[in-house]
Amino acid sequence: MPPALEIAGLEKTYANGLQALKGIDLQVEKGDFFALLGPNGAGKSTTIGVICSLVQKSAGTVRVKGIDIDENFAGAKRHLGVVPQEFNFNVFESVEDILIHQAGYYGIPLKTALGRIDLYLEKLGLADKRHVRARMLSGGMKRRLMIARALIHEPSVLILDEPTAGVDIEMRRSMYNFLCEINAAGTTIILTTHYLEEAESLCRNIAIINHGKIVTNTSMKNLLRELHREIFILDSRETLPQDLSVQGFTITRKDDYSIEAQIDRGQDLAELMAGLHQRGVSIISMRNRENRLEQMFVSLLEQAS
Amino acid sequence: MTPYEQWVALLTLMRKEIRRYTRIWTQTLLPSAITMSLYFLIFGNLIGSRIGEMGGVSYMEFVVPGLIMMAIVTNSYANVVSSFFGSKFNNSIEELLVSPTPNHIILLGFVSGGVSRGMLVAVIVTLVASLFVDLSIHSYIVVVAVVAMTSILFSLCGLINAVFANTFDDINIVPAFVLTPLTYLGGVFYSLDLLPEFWATVSQANPLVYVVNAFRYGVLGVSDVSVGFAFAMIGAFTLVAYWYAAHLLKTGRRLRT
Repeated sequence: MPPALEIAGLEKTYANGLQALKGIDLQVEKGDFFALLGPNGAGKSTTIGVICSLVQKSAGTVRVKGIDIDENFAGAKRHLGVVPQEFNFNVFESVEDILIHQAGYYGIPLKTALGRIDLYLEKLGLADKRHVRARMLSGGMKRRLMIARALIHEPSVLILDEPTAGVDIEMRRSMYNFLCEINAAGTTIILTTHYLEEAESLCRNIAIINHGKIVTNTSMKNLLRELHREIFILDSRETLPQDLSVQGFTITRKDDYSIEAQIDRGQDLAELMAGLHQRGVSIISMRNRENRLEQMFVSLLEQAS
Repeated sequence: MTPYEQWVALLTLMRKEIRRYTRIWTQTLLPSAITMSLYFLIFGNLIGSRIGEMGGVSYMEFVVPGLIMMAIVTNSYANVVSSFFGSKFNNSIEELLVSPTPNHIILLGFVSGGVSRGMLVAVIVTLVASLFVDLSIHSYIVVVAVVAMTSILFSLCGLINAVFANTFDDINIVPAFVLTPLTYLGGVFYSLDLLPEFWATVSQANPLVYVVNAFRYGVLGVSDVSVGFAFAMIGAFTLVAYWYAAHLLKTGRRLRT
């Protein structure tokens, strides 16, 4: 079974001399929910552009489900659905027309297309906007329209370039649920996002790209395991003593009811809890001070530069 | 894509293109009817009545084929240049570029939009012309063939212009500074016999000379150039334009970064 996506030695140098990609190697397995992260200008969108043929590569190979895009461009495209970062539809067309046209470009007859339009508009909460012109939609609705459009030919690999940018929390969650649903049904998803908690909660594997190179490519679990230190915020039921300390742990009193505790790799969180309990402190809630992936992301980018 | 899938893609593009210009018919179809009515009235009726005969027919009869052809040329060109550039401008061309639709279907789809608008305008302008002059067709085959070939040629030219255009100003430069002068110098209002020998020879390089004269032959049975040669020239221009437009799509110039 070929991987959903295989990229080898991918390079892109723009006409102005900017080397956006400097030899990217990447493999995404079938059925994966994969995060491609990186700061602005790192090369994420260029990589996606090459995969979907909007950017012409300078060197390297790209295979979608084992099909080389240089050998069978149309065959590879059939497997791909792309949700770009920028809106790229005719805002004067209706939602239905945009979807009918996209289906037609993939050779899907009108009758079949209409059935799929019913399905995806319903799932993405746009059923009542079917005959509305795209320019009348809100930003979040436009993003969902682009997802529906990318799915209309039922691709096996869906690439989403920052799909939740500008989308409110409630809608973002419903989009997460929908993406998880289609991933569970077998669609491979490749996601770029600036919301690292989004990547952490959704994705099983991850690659971080910076300055046109892959900095790390591993599973989410492995990456987070590499974190050397985590800082937790613990909330107490009663007022905390001024001189609170637990042997072996660095604790900082934030206010009368909360402390920050630093846990290094190898330390046991249960020991900290036991120590606090011995001092009469009852913890009612606990959370990471920072998103763990964010910590790792920043640390990796610092190392790389 | 299978032939059936390509057919579906072509129908989709045709439907989209035709719906685009019929939706804004007051901007796309009506102006030609009004402009040509004025041409018929002023050049054909008022001024033409003082000119007398040209090419063996009344001046009004002489200008009608050229004016119909002028409407076909400008409309087929304008349709494709504005539609394709509009798609580039709002990035919706990416919908097509990321799809497996082959380049020749993309070309045919946009060209069919231009051809259908050119033909529709031809019918409208012909109906308007029939209010001013009794029109009889000398050869229906020549008329249909030259209308089809001309609208294909100028639709392709519109697409080439749209590929290179960066702004909306760029899509007006060619019609204003190339197409209109060529049309006026292509023998719409005069017979090439009236030109000095040098300018008559220079005119042979103007594709509008062949489309206007071939069409005039189809309508009136008179032409300044050999009809067979005119068809050969229109065919040659069309093949070159098709090859170049297909080359632009294949290389992705100005479309893919």
